[in-house]
Amino acid sequence: MSNQAVAMPRKTRGPWAVAFAKLARDRAAMASLTVFLLIVLACLSAPLYAKWAGVDPFASTLDAVIQIDGADVPVMEQSTEGLGLGYTPLGPTWRLGNYFLGADSQGRDVMARMLYGGLSSLLISGAATIFTLIIGTAAGLIAGYFGGITDTVLSRLLDVLWAFPIYLLAISLSIVTIAQGIRIGPIDIESGSLWLPVIIIGIVYVPYVARPIRGQVLSLRHSEFVLAAINLGVPGWRILWRDILPNITTTLIVFVPLMMALNMLTESALSFLSIGVQPPAASWGTIIQDGQALLYTRPLVALVPGLAIAVSVMALNVFGDGLRDALDPRSKVRLGRD
Amino acid sequence: MKKLLLAASAAALLAGTWLAPAQAEYLKEHRGGTIRLLARSAAGTLDPHINYTDQGWQMYQPIYDGLVAFRKAEGMDGFTIVPDLAEALPQVSDDGKTFTFKLRKGIKFSNGQDMGVKDVVASFQRIFKVSGPTSGTFYAGIVGADKCLADTKSCTLDGGVVGDEAAGTITLNLTKPDAEILYKLALPHAVVLPADTPAEDMGSKPIPSTGAYMISAFDPNKGMTVSRNPNFKQWSEEAQPDGYPDVVQYDFGLSEEAAVTAIQNGEADWMFDALPSDRLGELGSKSMDQLHISPLSAWWYAPLNNRLAPFDNEKARQAVAYAIDRNTLVKLFGGKVLASPVCQVLPPDFPGHEDYCPFTKTPGAKWSAPDIDKAKQLVEESGTKGQKVTIIVEDTAISRSIGVYLQSVLTTIGYVADVKPISSNIQFTYIQNTNNKVQMSVTQWYKDYPAASDFLNILFSCASFREGSDASINIAGFCDKDIDAKMQRALDLGVTDQKAADKMWAEIDKQVTDKAPAVGLFTPKRLDFVSKRVGNFKFNRQFNWMITQSWVQ
Repeated sequence: MSNQAVAMPRKTRGPWAVAFAKLARDRAAMASLTVFLLIVLACLSAPLYAKWAGVDPFASTLDAVIQIDGADVPVMEQSTEGLGLGYTPLGPTWRLGNYFLGADSQGRDVMARMLYGGLSSLLISGAATIFTLIIGTAAGLIAGYFGGITDTVLSRLLDVLWAFPIYLLAISLSIVTIAQGIRIGPIDIESGSLWLPVIIIGIVYVPYVARPIRGQVLSLRHSEFVLAAINLGVPGWRILWRDILPNITTTLIVFVPLMMALNMLTESALSFLSIGVQPPAASWGTIIQDGQALLYTRPLVALVPGLAIAVSVMALNVFGDGLRDALDPRSKVRLGRD
Repeated sequence: MKKLLLAASAAALLAGTWLAPAQAEYLKEHRGGTIRLLARSAAGTLDPHINYTDQGWQMYQPIYDGLVAFRKAEGMDGFTIVPDLAEALPQVSDDGKTFTFKLRKGIKFSNGQDMGVKDVVASFQRIFKVSGPTSGTFYAGIVGADKCLADTKSCTLDGGVVGDEAAGTITLNLTKPDAEILYKLALPHAVVLPADTPAEDMGSKPIPSTGAYMISAFDPNKGMTVSRNPNFKQWSEEAQPDGYPDVVQYDFGLSEEAAVTAIQNGEADWMFDALPSDRLGELGSKSMDQLHISPLSAWWYAPLNNRLAPFDNEKARQAVAYAIDRNTLVKLFGGKVLASPVCQVLPPDFPGHEDYCPFTKTPGAKWSAPDIDKAKQLVEESGTKGQKVTIIVEDTAISRSIGVYLQSVLTTIGYVADVKPISSNIQFTYIQNTNNKVQMSVTQWYKDYPAASDFLNILFSCASFREGSDASINIAGFCDKDIDAKMQRALDLGVTDQKAADKMWAEIDKQVTDKAPAVGLFTPKRLDFVSKRVGNFKFNRQFNWMITQSWVQ
């Protein structure tokens, strides 16, 4: 028998499988994804947690009394020393379902509010990301593909939007809409609606997506397969949908976690300034705001949501980096024998 | 009225004589040093004819003088009117419309100019020329004021304020008798400034003053230095007493938390802003001797828009009044030591106040407990159940908590409620403007002077409501012709018989409370935290702590 191995034809893996394999081997990215998914799962369990704990995280419960080791403990404790000034909310009990993280200045369970707050923050940042990607992609595709006056008008509009500092623009839009909501033609969004921060955050980040997409479409517009399709008389919308969009999908996928991290930070900032999520609803930003008045006696009320934001944003950013490396064919991530 | 004024003068004279030796002795021992004050921000313009803030008015007390002044004394004595730049309280004509003041001689402004009749006349004109915030209300009754309000720049108050240089007198003519005119003249908006003071908002430029102190430096972003007026010689201890510290240094920009720490460390002596709620327990136990709790003539309340659903229905308004647990609100404000529950408009210890609370479990004099069942029943009867209500609150920790609590109360009794905190800088004007369609809000009212009308007439008269204006202080939009007429009668009665008028105001207070145009929440108290070295702390009910009457050495 010959020692020489017979060269067997190797099954070539598709680009998605390669990317997935690359991503799976990126420990930092996978750890970040795991952390983020755990946070999402925890937040999704908010209603179950509140029901199990028997608390209403949105109603003032200043007179509530809970049981700890068989003893009745008021949720808001009045100072008994000296002049007897002020009330201090209950500190962390470290017992799940029983004011685990203590109470806030309204006597509400901070843990339940943290979970509900996370749900709002994730929903808003997720929905705003989708909004930004849809509008930004559409603008980038149209501007890059059709060029000419369409490109000029759209690009200048994006330039105008980009000329404003992001936070200044978001704060200004929020202040204008906070009291009366948005009422333009058939669009009627009430002032307390979560859709308000979604739309505001979504709008301010459109140029972040639209400009790189436009650049990519501009280069794809002159590629041979697109020119061939044009010469064959394929309609423009079909070329955009069938030929160009699939070629920018990886960019869009990479945008998802990165934009979500940015949106989460922006939402928290707006809510902290009272112009995002409105009370009594919670978001991590509003909980930090509530906790600001308790920094001296109950610092955890502000620290825990701050930590949650930091961990979520870091997880999304690290995962986003890993995703970008995985989807980039020129990346140097090692894939074992591949 | 004449009798009343004479009696007040005699009492003031006696009190002044009794106080004199003690102050002289203490002045010798404690005079000097710098008292250091802190505030998060400046109080706005330095111009006393324009500034309309507690912070500004408190600081003006040792600096500026009017013809009359609130007595610089502790507690309720601080509500007494005493002559200041005038030698005595005015001679009043029989019809109560003419007031003649004789000016003191020898008083100089801090820039060395003599203070005289022309300065007084010019100062009255200036109130209108700079469009002072109370020119159209407090001083609109002066003859010629209507012309001044119509054309501010060429204001002369012809026939309204008449000066006689030779006799050294000022005659003030009113279009009709005003029982409260002396209070109005004792406010900083009517202080006497040099005649050549420009007729424009002086902003950050200090204006020469007659008081014991003068503003020697001011930077709205950094601070204010108040030093002794070199031309001051005490003429009346009860109107403008000499002070203890040589300098008052008022610094701006430090947060409340940082200010508390600075006072604890002895780096500052007092802070203007409210103490942070999470430091109350600690300060109340460890720094008791540095804390001073004083009553305020103030009202925290929730105006309900009487012209918008659901609160255009009286039963819906009463339902809210029944449902609110004032004890919870007191708790949110820091506890019973710092606030007391209320149902009615007039604050305790105020002229015309008689305890009254119809909206409680056991209606009577005092609030006892909320009556949620009654509230739910009233909401049902009103047919407003399920309607949407938005509560507009200030974006401060305390207002937000009150808003969140009220939202849960409204939800409990059957409304779909939400809370909207908006910046403190605009909330007060926002809730006044009917264009903003505010259904319910949370705000406060602090007295300008000790008269029932300053609450009832200002907050609930038909004239105080202005459609589409940012200055419609009748936020609830309440207008009851009968109550309005009664308020007018009480004002007229006050000219001749203040006691009877106060009785009438008590009835009006009850009538307004019954209609529930706004829901009384609580009466706050002032909590002052001073450094260990501050001595002789005295709290005046009109202008709060008398800064320069305390010593630091």
